Amino acid sequence: MGKLLVIIPAFNEALVIGKTIRGVRKSLKDAEILVVNDGSSDATGIEAEKAGAIVVSHPINRGLGGALGTGLYWAKERDIDCAITFDADGQHDSEDIIKVSEPVLNGNADVVIGTRTKFGWSEIPLDRKIVLTLSNWLTWWLFGITTTDSTSGLRAFNRKAIEKIQIKTDQMEVSNEFFFEIKRCGLRLEEVPIKVLYTEYSRSKGQKNSNAFSVGVKLLLRLFR
Amino acid sequence: MNIITFPLQLIAIAFLIFAFSRVWLRAREGTIGKGMFLFWILVWFLVLIAVVRPELTTQLARKMGIGRGVDVVLYVSIVTLFYLNFRSNVLIENLRHEITKLTRIIALSKK
Repeated sequence: MGKLLVIIPAFNEALVIGKTIRGVRKSLKDAEILVVNDGSSDATGIEAEKAGAIVVSHPINRGLGGALGTGLYWAKERDIDCAITFDADGQHDSEDIIKVSEPVLNGNADVVIGTRTKFGWSEIPLDRKIVLTLSNWLTWWLFGITTTDSTSGLRAFNRKAIEKIQIKTDQMEVSNEFFFEIKRCGLRLEEVPIKVLYTEYSRSKGQKNSNAFSVGVKLLLRLFR
Repeated sequence: MNIITFPLQLIAIAFLIFAFSRVWLRAREGTIGKGMFLFWILVWFLVLIAVVRPELTTQLARKMGIGRGVDVVLYVSIVTLFYLNFRSNVLIENLRHEITKLTRIIALSKK
């Protein structure tokens, strides 16, 4: 097995970041865990270090895309063979990391997306279902890629993908932008079913439904940059 | 051939050739999907019809009850403003991304 890196973007997640890191460590004992502390005003960085993660702290908040870009840059510079992105808010089951990384480690895919809709479509609240359906459609319309979960935060990238992908968006629209990059770079994509654990906390931290329009506009702008 | 509108039509057609080529290049390099490709081809094709056969827009305007055809100055102004607004937004997004890159360099230099 090559060098593995789990990238956890975090903004004001002091309450849950320690638990999330310990969960990841339990599933992947040999992986490096990198928390990109995205300008948090609480103790996210301190809690992440206490839990044993490497912490890179942005001096100001740049958003999900900015934080994931930093994580992938770190992976590129340190010859990581497989980088896995994982949400800090506790909505993913750490056991799913192994499932998501397997196709990459076996050489069957360059990028793997953990899709929440194959197991847990019924678990997803109605408003999120609508936003997710629109987002999946937008991804197809703009980038010509069919996906069942365009906003999933659990993904795995092999070395080729780490080197080729260039993130240009800074916020939530990065999830859709990954598909743009997969298409542009001709990467092999695979989807793996994962569980979804929606809690009051994770819902309050995730993408706001009212952001959906802004995400669409920014994705359109992305095409002309 | 209308001697007044003909040069304007030539300029508009030159612009449309440029616009078509951009859409074609984007599609060829795979950065836009089929849906987006068809959308832009349709938009520019409709503009092309309006440029080559401007009387059709007048007929359309009459059918829609507007009556006096195309008020060129007003319409071109609106299109120009939309375009400038669009370019400004692209510029702002690029600037935001430059700030992100700086933030990244500062963050990584402390490790």
